[in-house]
Amino acid sequence: MTELLEPGVFARRTVLRLALPAAGGLLLAARATQAQAADDVKVTIDNFVFAPATITVPKGTTVTWVNRDDIPHLVVCPSVNVRSKVLDTDQSFAFRFDKPGRVNYFCGLHPHMTGVVVVTG
Amino acid sequence: MGVAGLGDCTGSAVGLATEANDMNGEMIDSDGIDRRGFLRCMSWAGTAVVWTVAAGVPRSGLIGSAQAATEGLRFAQISDSHIGFNKAANPDAVGTLQEAIKRIGAAQDRPAFMIHTGDVTHLSTAGQFDTAQKVISEAGLTTHFVPGEHDILEDDGKSYLNRYGKGTQGAGWYSFDQSGVHFVGLVNVVDLKGGGMGNLGHEQLEWLEKDLAGRSASTPIVVFAHIPLWVVYADWGWGTQDGAQALTYLKRFGSVTVLNGHIHQVMQKVEGHVAFHTALSTAFPQPAPGTAPSPGPKTVPPGELRSLLGTARVSLVRNDTPLAIVDRPLAG
Repeated sequence: MTELLEPGVFARRTVLRLALPAAGGLLLAARATQAQAADDVKVTIDNFVFAPATITVPKGTTVTWVNRDDIPHLVVCPSVNVRSKVLDTDQSFAFRFDKPGRVNYFCGLHPHMTGVVVVTG
Repeated sequence: MGVAGLGDCTGSAVGLATEANDMNGEMIDSDGIDRRGFLRCMSWAGTAVVWTVAAGVPRSGLIGSAQAATEGLRFAQISDSHIGFNKAANPDAVGTLQEAIKRIGAAQDRPAFMIHTGDVTHLSTAGQFDTAQKVISEAGLTTHFVPGEHDILEDDGKSYLNRYGKGTQGAGWYSFDQSGVHFVGLVNVVDLKGGGMGNLGHEQLEWLEKDLAGRSASTPIVVFAHIPLWVVYADWGWGTQDGAQALTYLKRFGSVTVLNGHIHQVMQKVEGHVAFHTALSTAFPQPAPGTAPSPGPKTVPPGELRSLLGTARVSLVRNDTPLAIVDRPLAG
């Protein structure tokens, strides 16, 4: 549960602690985190463009890229050592960002295509 | 695109003539003289261009091109076969490759060999490589390959290198000599950087410098790679980051021809003694730079497709009438 003490989750936990006994509060906090993770953020690829080009997400968020072009793309995030499989039309790739920071990424096939995931704590 | 590096129309003795052949016809525009409005003359130590594409695609002429067609070394360039592509722009990329290969194999003046400037496959799968190899081998010609970015999507490029990497260096670069011409195959699709374009990398550039060192400046050089070595259009990544460095090693040579693919259309530029050409794809056309929201496959009416696909033929030209006339490609 250590990671629940990170900034960003703190406010929610505080509210829960005020309202509920500690054990229940932690349980709800865990559920809240799951709900947050399930609420994935989607980045689409149309016309060789990542959209939105910059997204800001809380850590623990899974970002899913969906290729809607009729040419393959792939997602490369060097700073977190991630390289997706090649994404043909309508294929997608998901990655969960657990560490706060700014992650620049690009298309491994068409590197002029770039985007940013800003992961908050 | 205009023709750059125009000079004073004086001389050279050895060169290469390039023809782009579309899949509808073999029209060679040999009139050369009539299209005054589009012609530029230049000093060109060798590399003479004959683009022959019907249906409005850019074409160029060369004085003495008829002669060139029957003399010397002739080889074919094929590019961007994208085996596995099946979208609207061309549901049958295997079929159009077969047509192109059949045309090359059946030519009266058969080329001595072929080069393939990459994107043999669409997704680097073993099946796609197998299909491509089967079709390409039907020409009955030795074929020299360089990879496109679509060929190295699996296992760090091993699926490509296992087939075509024998005797090559690094990610698959190499050189060879034929009929007095020095050929250099470069790889500019590996270790690409975000926001960048094609990339040769330090190791390959060092190798290139050594490969060229000590060769006579009168040796005709043909460099081929997938992504254009010159910057065609940076907004779409159509260029090579460190291509200029490679060109510094080529500057002293009297005749340099750079053959690329990647952009699925004919473009050409001349700078000093260096002529840059890009080839048609055999799979699908792409839009001219900046004319579409993206460089994605261009869907055209079925009757037009074959006029936008094709191959190129390149001939070694030896003559005493060095004047080359290159016309400005007619955009679109």
